[in-house]
Amino acid sequence: MECCNKRRMMKESPESNFMNRRGSSCFPDEVLERVIGMLKSRKDRSSVSLVCKEWYNAERWSRRNVFIGNCYSVSPEILTRRFPNIRSVTLKGKPRFSDFNLVPANWGADIHFWLVVFAEKYPFLEELRLKRMTVTDESLKFLARSFPNFKAISLQNCDGFSTDGLAAIAADCKNLTELDIQENVIDDKNDNWLTCFPESFTSLEVLNFSILHNDVNFDALEKLVTRCKSLKTLKLNKSITLEQLQRLLFRAPQLCELGTGSFSQELTTQQYTELEGAFSNCKNLNTLSGLWVVTPQYLPVLYPACANLTFLNFSYAPLDSDDIAKLLVHCANIRRLWVVDTIEDKGLEAVGTHCPLLEELRVFPADPFAEGDARGVTDSGFIAVSQGCRNLHYVLYFCRHMTNAAVATVVQNCPDFTHFRLCIMNPGQPDYRTSEPMDEAFGAVVKTCSKLQRLAISGLLTDLTFEYIGKYAKNLETLSVAFAGSSDWGMQCVLEGCPKLRKLEIRDCPFGNAALLSGLEKYESMRSLWMSDCKVTMNGCRLLAKEMPRLNVEVIKEDGSDDSQAERVYVYRSVAGPRRDAPPFVLTL
Amino acid sequence: MSTPLEHDYIGLAEKKKIPSSSSSSSSSEDGKTFKETELRLGLPGSESPERKPLSGVSLSLFGKLNNNNNVMNHHVHVAGAKRGFSDAIDAKWGFSDAHGSDSDLGKASALFSPRGAGNVVGKPPLDPKTISTQQGNTINTPASASQAIKESKPLQEKNPQLPATNEHASAPASKAQVVGWPPIRSFRKNTMASNLTKNNDEAEGKPGFGCLYVKVSMDGAPYLRKVDLKTYSNYKELSSALEKMFSCFTIGQCNSPGLPGKDGLSESSLRDLLHGSEYVLTYEDKDGDWMLVGDVPWEMFTDSCRRLRIMKGSEAIGLAPRAVEKSKSQN
Repeated sequence: MECCNKRRMMKESPESNFMNRRGSSCFPDEVLERVIGMLKSRKDRSSVSLVCKEWYNAERWSRRNVFIGNCYSVSPEILTRRFPNIRSVTLKGKPRFSDFNLVPANWGADIHFWLVVFAEKYPFLEELRLKRMTVTDESLKFLARSFPNFKAISLQNCDGFSTDGLAAIAADCKNLTELDIQENVIDDKNDNWLTCFPESFTSLEVLNFSILHNDVNFDALEKLVTRCKSLKTLKLNKSITLEQLQRLLFRAPQLCELGTGSFSQELTTQQYTELEGAFSNCKNLNTLSGLWVVTPQYLPVLYPACANLTFLNFSYAPLDSDDIAKLLVHCANIRRLWVVDTIEDKGLEAVGTHCPLLEELRVFPADPFAEGDARGVTDSGFIAVSQGCRNLHYVLYFCRHMTNAAVATVVQNCPDFTHFRLCIMNPGQPDYRTSEPMDEAFGAVVKTCSKLQRLAISGLLTDLTFEYIGKYAKNLETLSVAFAGSSDWGMQCVLEGCPKLRKLEIRDCPFGNAALLSGLEKYESMRSLWMSDCKVTMNGCRLLAKEMPRLNVEVIKEDGSDDSQAERVYVYRSVAGPRRDAPPFVLTL
Repeated sequence: MSTPLEHDYIGLAEKKKIPSSSSSSSSSEDGKTFKETELRLGLPGSESPERKPLSGVSLSLFGKLNNNNNVMNHHVHVAGAKRGFSDAIDAKWGFSDAHGSDSDLGKASALFSPRGAGNVVGKPPLDPKTISTQQGNTINTPASASQAIKESKPLQEKNPQLPATNEHASAPASKAQVVGWPPIRSFRKNTMASNLTKNNDEAEGKPGFGCLYVKVSMDGAPYLRKVDLKTYSNYKELSSALEKMFSCFTIGQCNSPGLPGKDGLSESSLRDLLHGSEYVLTYEDKDGDWMLVGDVPWEMFTDSCRRLRIMKGSEAIGLAPRAVEKSKSQN
């Protein structure tokens, strides 16, 4: 601590003696902790903890939130030892490709043991956010009983629980503010769980049950919404009709985020007017989603609420280009837009025309397996959006074919992309105008978009794509590859060239042991590597495991497959050692 | 300039020369030997330099040819191939159903993805029309070919004639075969599938998406009515139904000559009213435009009609000039 030393030398004052006694730190611990406690960014906290021992301690004592990107990279014991005062835990479990059925059931990532340790070490735990973890009803019941201050639970892409678990949360978490269930595999047993919120319970701010497919107890829901005056986010499921929606909106005009139920019920004129009125009453609405099953004629009821919307998630509503165009006229403030490709290029032109502030666009396919004259969006729609929406920095685009020229144009119009995920749905599809590989498209992306953090590539791709990535994508953190590349060289380029790479997930590429082993030194600086259906063998994996003992090298074995091949490889750094809970089909080498 | 290759239905090249497919790194012009036109198995996505790409047109049973696929080398399962579909998939992907994967492995119906004529990178694609016509001569219909495939016998996993399959990555024959591709979460896939079905169902007979129950307004009437367009099969039926429905509203509004007094306003009088230029039947279509009823075929009308309006003649200028003229002539 230069400054402190200098001051010591310059003045012999009580203050400097005080500082002397404290060693190299300028501040008493309490002050240091208070200051460092204000840091919210994970990266900053990480940097701070490396400065010196005092700062390390100040950081660990003052930390309230912890984010663990791979639940097997650390154990609950190690976590609780280092950070004694945690109030909020975010955990991610399975590899991302488990979303696409590439990871067998019962692979792991069970929250239960974490909860057991937390119950002892973090009795004041308030928030739990889980993604791709297995959560059982038993765990939810345990959670509800063990943490009296518990406030928020968010489960995304989790599995293993049912509405019984939700009932336990509702009944026992007296201070609950958030119940957010997103895209989980959930056993929807009955509608009683909503009735489990006590009459005296009023603290709810976020309620998302949009994925449940059964009816919910509307009466209980309406009462709950009525008494929870702080409710800001309400995301309903399909069973809620327009009429019921209107009643809920009437009770909760303060909502900021709304996920509607089904948007197709036959309404009388009176009901239509009431619904329209309810929407115009919601002055704070900034996010709109849901619209399961839409009757386009009723979309105009939304128009009064559209002016303030910043996030429109219509990714389950197969609207056509006319419907979306008419709606978007009213949505000049949209920053994030998720749509289905039924809007086609014409709909995207409307996006470009009416939404100049757009920053994020996701276009999902209505029917990914449609054969024959399947339409959807193409290169011209992509270009149209990029021309109108110059602030675009996040795109997820599913299409059936693309051209190199179009992608080059898009990134020229929008050079600030941080997330570029292009999915050409036909594996190995070349540029449909020139028949060339799509190398130049992604070359343009990495050359032009210097801030690129996340990239997903598709189409017919040779090693050249990977050369480009390795050479230009210096800020790249996440790369998803499928059906691409010509040889080991491709993967090597990326491993050697991308200094910030954290997550690499590869499927169905001709990368073998040479490629895998070229990343020996790299993997410890990454969160994880996934390779499935590549050319990696068991021997290659064993060699990697032997050379790098601090990596967990796991192979998922399927029955009846070739013993020498390693079809699915998951490599990740860990301070917790090999998994203790691995199922029989996961081999830790 | 090379001409497209004529193929029999199992995709084996027979006579003519065609350009062969390859990656950007290697391109070969030959490839007429039997071996090169054989079925190949292997992992998708690669173009290993040592591999001679298979030349020839592969077939899409769904009639759509993609000329531009180099990498997807002819993972063709057709009638006559010794390999059963599900066995091919199991062997390739190593799955058993016990793992309960959500994949579409079981879908025997979607076997093929569009395959292209072999193309050297940089050269223009083969004319799809040419290939289609040739294909048309030789190919089985999708139904029968699928049927044939289901009946075909399983092949050993490693065909001794083929090169080592594990070295090569060729894309699987069809999108539907590939586990987890395109990368869409199951929840989304299932929801979209059921949403599309629901929308189609509703178009069948329920109100809503198919514009079937439409509001009918009549200028000057105190309230609207609703009709189900699906219950009529032509304009005449609709027109007479509307006449019946709205006869009670025209009391006091008609000024056509020849009408009886307030009592006993008959259907025919109303018809006279409607055709006699006082009123014009219009509808609002999907685009929000007001159109004259009767111009398009009935089916098209029911598909696009959102609501009906029995419009006063005075407002119908430009929409139904004859009606207005009639009105003028009568007054």
